[in-house]
Amino acid sequence: MAVSLKRRNVLPGFGLAMGFTLLYLSLIVLIPLSGAFLKTATLSWAQFWSTVTEPRVLASYRLTFATSLIGALINAVFGLLAAWVLVRYHFPGKRIVDALVDLPFALPTAVAGITLTTVFASNGWIGQHLEPLGIKVAFTPLGVVIALTFIGLPFVVRTVQPVLQDLDVEIEEAATSLGANRWQTFTRVILPGVLPALLTGFTLAFARALGEYGSVVFISGNMPMRTEITTLLIITKLEQYDYAGATAIAVVMLVSSFVLLLFVNLLQWLGNKRYA
Amino acid sequence: MAGPMVLGRAAASISPTRGRTEPAIVRWTLIGTALAFLGLFLVVPLAAVFAHALQKGVAAYFESLREPNALAAIRLTLLTAAIAVPLNLVFGVAAAWAIAKFEFIGKHVLITLIDLPFAVSPVISGLIYVLLFGLQGLLGPWLADHDIKIIFAVPGIVLATIFVTSPFVARELIPLMQAQGAEEEEAGRVLGASGWQTFFRVTLPNIKWGLLYGVILLNARAMGEFGAVSVVSGHVRGLTNTIPLHVEILYNEYNFVAAFAVASLLAMLALVTLAAKSFVEWKSQRRFTVGDSHAGRGEVR
Repeated sequence: MAVSLKRRNVLPGFGLAMGFTLLYLSLIVLIPLSGAFLKTATLSWAQFWSTVTEPRVLASYRLTFATSLIGALINAVFGLLAAWVLVRYHFPGKRIVDALVDLPFALPTAVAGITLTTVFASNGWIGQHLEPLGIKVAFTPLGVVIALTFIGLPFVVRTVQPVLQDLDVEIEEAATSLGANRWQTFTRVILPGVLPALLTGFTLAFARALGEYGSVVFISGNMPMRTEITTLLIITKLEQYDYAGATAIAVVMLVSSFVLLLFVNLLQWLGNKRYA
Repeated sequence: MAGPMVLGRAAASISPTRGRTEPAIVRWTLIGTALAFLGLFLVVPLAAVFAHALQKGVAAYFESLREPNALAAIRLTLLTAAIAVPLNLVFGVAAAWAIAKFEFIGKHVLITLIDLPFAVSPVISGLIYVLLFGLQGLLGPWLADHDIKIIFAVPGIVLATIFVTSPFVARELIPLMQAQGAEEEEAGRVLGASGWQTFFRVTLPNIKWGLLYGVILLNARAMGEFGAVSVVSGHVRGLTNTIPLHVEILYNEYNFVAAFAVASLLAMLALVTLAAKSFVEWKSQRRFTVGDSHAGRGEVR
């Protein structure tokens, strides 16, 4: 503190800026969020446990986690590919494609939801070609995977892209001159370099998918035990005025997303340490 | 790419780019696969919004937009954004000023807390306000006694939107302002500028593109938020429906043309957002290419 005061005491406004930040943050974020935990505290442990382990709730965790994981894995593979293509190759329309990658961030989830449902419905643009093959997408877990892949798409691309850009080409050239073929160079030199970023992107996509609501509710069909995601279950409980039940499930989700957030921070810390 | 110049060099049996690129067939297969994936997940849905909106012709399209409930939803969305955007803008600038220009204990905790709303599911973001202000909520009885409605009314929608969008500007400005340091501001102060003069004449010109970038993303999310708003809105037609909620109602009533017509407004907003974002990236990269590669981009929630 003493050092910093010596260095930066010329600038004014710390008190005002800090005071406003803390007040705003408390009113908008911290107080309402801790309210959720307070509300859960009114439940006894036994009540809490039976709420969050009801068969219907357990089925929703399974569906949510499995589909989020598959969606994030698809994005890890194709996101890495897309980032690679965008950084390393030239092709017509590249800048437009690059800008379009952020569409899932910019397109409201409800719009994504109704559109994907319509496109993948049995009479939709893509669904009608899948139907004869015996593949049903809309109103099945596969539909949930499609929606979660859509909303997680930018994360891997945008975390891997800058790392790939900054990667030293000389190391690759060195690998080649030492006799490595292109595939060896990729798996032994490039992949280890982008791995922390890839893992970060994967985790961000996974975390986002866990809490997703808008894009999924339309395409999932919302059948209890089969295609009902956890966030929808929270809303269902709320609509039945079961505030305590809704909050208990929400707390389980909050805790799991905070753990993931911690994991991402750890990854970034490790990544910074390695490349500092 | 090293170019033909290098070819002149002695007996290099390895072509100059061989160490860094793949045979054309591999290259085009990879490009083709990536474009097919992106086309399937990005272009097809985007095209589908407009195609379905115009399915019954231009007249039906505009009819769906002129309908009173649609107009009310548009008005409410604009009102919500008009409140949430300036408030979060001021919050983001204040937070970034305190964090980037000063040293204090607990800075990392503060940054994590600012980022917190991005880690919370939209549904839970709405839920926490119901728990606070709803009838069974902590403040519910008091609010009911004083006849103040927050949940299932406009204030709840605005609050939930502010919560969900609060990190955008701060998270854009903090790394930018940290990279820029405080020297220029200190020089301004030493030369006799007041605090506000320093901010408006020195800091603001330096951060304007980053600020604009944050505001563009903030605005898109504020207008398009669905999950959080859906929990607190109560879905009263013409009163507490934003554009995304109106789309949901129309869709659930099997009124597909109208649903996609209204949705196309949001899709256009998304396209404008992407264009504006690319423009700012292009502008700011020219400005910040020296030294800091994060300045212009720093995307990724």
